Amino acid sequence: MDQGPAITGKSIPRIDGPVKVRGQAKYAAEYDVADLLHAAIVSASIAKGRVISIDAAAAKNFPGVVAVLTHKNRPWFWPFSFLYKDLAGPPGKPFRPLYDDRVLFSGQPVALIVADNYEAARDAAALVSVSYEREQHATDLAVEVSKAYKPPRHRLGLAPTPHPTGDADRAFLASPVKVEASYTTAAENHHPMELFATTVEWSDKIVTVYDKTQSPKSVEIFLKVALRLFRRKVRVVSSFVGGAFGLGLRPQQSVILAVLAAKALKRSVRLVLPRDHMFALGYRANAIQTVSLGADENGRLLAIKHQAVAATSQSEDAQDPMLNFSASLYRCDNVKLTYQLAKLDTVSPCDMRAPGAATGMFALECAMDELAYAINIDPLALRLANYTERDQSENRPFSSKALRECYLQGAERFGWAKRSHAPRSMRKGKELIGWGMATGVWEAAMSPAPARVKVSLLADGRFEVTTSITDIGTGTYTILTQIAADALGAPRERVVVKLGDSALPFNPIQGGSWTAATSGSAVQAACDKLKKKILLRAKQTGIVGNGQATELLSPAALADLLKLSGSDNLSATATIINVKFGKKYASATHSAVFAEVRIDEELAVVRVTRLVCTVAAGRILNPATARSQIIGASVMGIGKALYEDAATDHNLGRCMAHNFADYHIPSNADVYDIEVLFVEETDDKVSPIGVKGLGEIGSVAVAPAIANAIFHATGQRMRDLPITIDRLTRLSD
Amino acid sequence: MEVRANTALHVTLTINGVERKASIEPCVTLLDLLREKFDLTGTKKGCDHGQCGACTVLINGKRINSCLVLAVSRDGSEITTIEGIGTANELHPLQDAFVRHDALQCGYCTPGQICSAIGLISEGKAKTRDEIREAMSGNLCRCGAYIGIVDAIEEVIAAPRRKTVR
Repeated sequence: MDQGPAITGKSIPRIDGPVKVRGQAKYAAEYDVADLLHAAIVSASIAKGRVISIDAAAAKNFPGVVAVLTHKNRPWFWPFSFLYKDLAGPPGKPFRPLYDDRVLFSGQPVALIVADNYEAARDAAALVSVSYEREQHATDLAVEVSKAYKPPRHRLGLAPTPHPTGDADRAFLASPVKVEASYTTAAENHHPMELFATTVEWSDKIVTVYDKTQSPKSVEIFLKVALRLFRRKVRVVSSFVGGAFGLGLRPQQSVILAVLAAKALKRSVRLVLPRDHMFALGYRANAIQTVSLGADENGRLLAIKHQAVAATSQSEDAQDPMLNFSASLYRCDNVKLTYQLAKLDTVSPCDMRAPGAATGMFALECAMDELAYAINIDPLALRLANYTERDQSENRPFSSKALRECYLQGAERFGWAKRSHAPRSMRKGKELIGWGMATGVWEAAMSPAPARVKVSLLADGRFEVTTSITDIGTGTYTILTQIAADALGAPRERVVVKLGDSALPFNPIQGGSWTAATSGSAVQAACDKLKKKILLRAKQTGIVGNGQATELLSPAALADLLKLSGSDNLSATATIINVKFGKKYASATHSAVFAEVRIDEELAVVRVTRLVCTVAAGRILNPATARSQIIGASVMGIGKALYEDAATDHNLGRCMAHNFADYHIPSNADVYDIEVLFVEETDDKVSPIGVKGLGEIGSVAVAPAIANAIFHATGQRMRDLPITIDRLTRLSD
Repeated sequence: MEVRANTALHVTLTINGVERKASIEPCVTLLDLLREKFDLTGTKKGCDHGQCGACTVLINGKRINSCLVLAVSRDGSEITTIEGIGTANELHPLQDAFVRHDALQCGYCTPGQICSAIGLISEGKAKTRDEIREAMSGNLCRCGAYIGIVDAIEEVIAAPRRKTVR
C-alpha cells in the first residue's frame, strides 16, 4: 500500500476549518429554498395555567402574514404522548408544542406566525394577544425540595445510581474527622452560538429538513412517527451544527413547529428561534446537594454520603449521572448515595456538557478540599491517599486508569509544590492569589445503540466515508478522516467524509462523549472490510497475483480495478455494536485540574489566571482538536464557576435572563492561560480503537478547582455556584 | 399590503466590491438583508441584540454588528463580509492562522471573529495579548476557542506580511 506515515494521533488541521473560516459552511437556517415562508413564535407569559383565548386578528391582518397556528387550528396530533418519544428523552411525557391549551412553562410557544418574510412574522407575533387562566406555579427548588422523590422510572441507557456499600451512616458518626456541607448549583443554559433553527423544504414526496440537531436520525424517526410523515420520505440534514452542548440531543421545538407549519400549509418554512427563547428550550438542572465525608487523621476516607435533589419538569423525570462517580472515584468502604428529583413548572432539563457529573463532582470535590483543610493536609495528598485501582461500587478493575499520572504531571506542570497551604497566604499587590485543584471523571462508553458506517471506493480513486452522525464542532470530520486514511493506507486528501444526513447509514446520537470511540471504530471496521474486498476483487480480476498490496491502492490501480470489475464503486459497511465487557471492567476518563485565581481584595473581582488540565482519555486521535475540546470545556467550566445563572423570578415563574447581557458566558477577556496535557494511557478494552472520548471530561473538574482556589485565596468557602461578586463580598463583610 | 409596499425604500450597497441594490422596508437590518435577500449567509445571526458579535461585518473598513444596523441607513456604504475575505486557494492570513491555531470548533462565530479581527488590526490599537483579548471581547465563542483566536491574531499582528502558505 502507498501508505505514508500514519496520521492518526497527529495534530492535523481541522478538515472543515477552511470552509468555516470562509463562511461557506451552511448551517440549518442558511439553505436557500424556493418560495420560503418564515415563522415566528408567540411565547406564554405565565408559567402554569390554561390559554383561554388567543386574539390574532391584528396579526392575521398584518401585511405578509399567511397563517397563525395555535392549538386550535394546528394539524392533527396523536393523542398518545408515547409516540413523541425520542432516542434521548427521559421517562415521562415529552413536551408537544401547540398540543392543547395547557401552559406548562413560561416561554412555552402558544402560537406560530407564518409570513412571507421574516420581518412580518416577527412583527406580527408582537400583535397577538393571549389571555390566560393562571394557576399557582412552583419554580423554586429550595421550596419544592420538600417534595423530592426518587424517580420511579429509570432513564434508558443511564447507569443507575450505585447501591450503598457498608454502613455509611454509622461509619460517618464514628469517624474521627467529619466534614458535612450543602452545596447549590444554579440552572445553566447551553447557549450554542447558532440559534436553534429549521428550514423545511416541503414537497409531496420528500420533505427535506435542514435542522440544528445532534441526531438527524432521531429527528427523522420522530418526524415520521410523531408528526405522522410516515407516508413521505423524510431527510434530515445537519452538515454543520453551530454548537449544541446537549441541547440538540432531542428533537427541538424549532423542528417540531417548523414541520407543523409546513405540513399545515404544504409550503416550505423556516423558523429561527430567538436568543431569548434559548432559555425555554432546556437547561442544566439546578441542584441542592449535601456531602458528608468521614475520615481518619491521615485522611483515609471512612464514609462518603452524598445526596442530591435536582430540578425536573412536571411532565418528565430528567435524570443524569449526578452521583454515579461518588462511589467509585475514591477508596472507601462505606458509601451512601441518594439521588432525588423535585418537580418544577419549567421546561424539562436537558443534558448539558458533562450532565450530572459537572454538578455532583463540584460538591464532592469541594468537600474533599474541606476535608483536606479539616485534617490540615495538602488537597492533592488527600486525593492520593484515597486513590483506588478498583471500582469499589461494583468491585471490579478499571479497563485503564492513569489518574495518578494526571495528578503528578499536572502538579509538576502547575508548580503545585510551591503552594503554601494556609488560606490568604499568597498575594501580589492588591490581589489575593489562590491555588486549588480538583479531580474529574466521566464514563468512557460506546454508544448504547449500534452505529453504521459505509466506506466506498469512488471512480476517481477517492474513498467516501458516510454515516449519519453530526460534527457539532467536536472534530468528528477530522478524526474520521484520519482513521480512514490510515486504515486504507491512503493520503487524507483521498478521503472524503460525509456526515450529518439521515439518508446516510444509521448512527444514533452525537453525545455522551462516545462518538469518537463508536464512529471511529465503525470507520476502522468498514475500511478493513473494504480493503479485503478490494484485494479479493483484485485477485479475481487478475490485477494482482498473491495480494501484493503495495501497488494496489494507487488511484490508477483502483480505477483499473473498478473498470475491470464493471462497477462504479465498491463499498463496505460495518456496524459497531456496543462492546460488551459486561461487568468485568469499569471504564472512565479522568482528569486533574489545577487552577490559579487572582482576586482583587477590595472589589472581589475573580480572575482565573491559569488552568492546567491533565487528562487521561485513552488514545488521542488528534492532539490539536482534542486540546481544543478540553480548552473549550474548561471555558464553559469557568462560566459555571463564576458567571452562569439562569435565575428565575419566582413571582412570575420566569427566567430573569433574556440575553447575553443578563446571562454572562465567558468572553475572550475572561479567559487567560489554559494548558492541556494528555497523559499516556493505553486501553485495549474500552473500544476497538482504544479511544475513550473527550466531549465531557474537560468540564467536570474546572468549577470545583476554581471554588477551591477561591477558598485558598480568601479563606471563604463558597458553596453556591456561580461565585459572583455579590456572593463573595457578602461573605467578607 | 398597500401600506408596507409604500414604505419600501431603495438602498444601494457595495458588498465585497459588487454593487447590490434592494428595495426594502426601513425595519430590515443589514444582517437580515445579507442573509435572507442576498444569500450571503457567512454573516451569522447569534443574538440579534449586538451582544455576541457573530454578525460582525466591515462597513467602510470599520467592524460593526450588522444586526444593529438598519440597512437603509447605510445607503452608499462599502460592506465587506466574510465572503469577500480570502479565496479557497488563497486564504486571508487571518483565516489561515485561524485554521492552523485551531481557533474554531463549531465555526459559527468564526466569520464574525475574523471580520472583527481585521477591523481590530486596522484600528492599530491592540498590540499585546491582553489588549487583543479585551478588544475581541465583543465576539463570543461558546466553544471556548479564545486561546486559539488570540494566538492567531497575535501572529498576524506580529507578521502582517507573512505569505500565506496553503
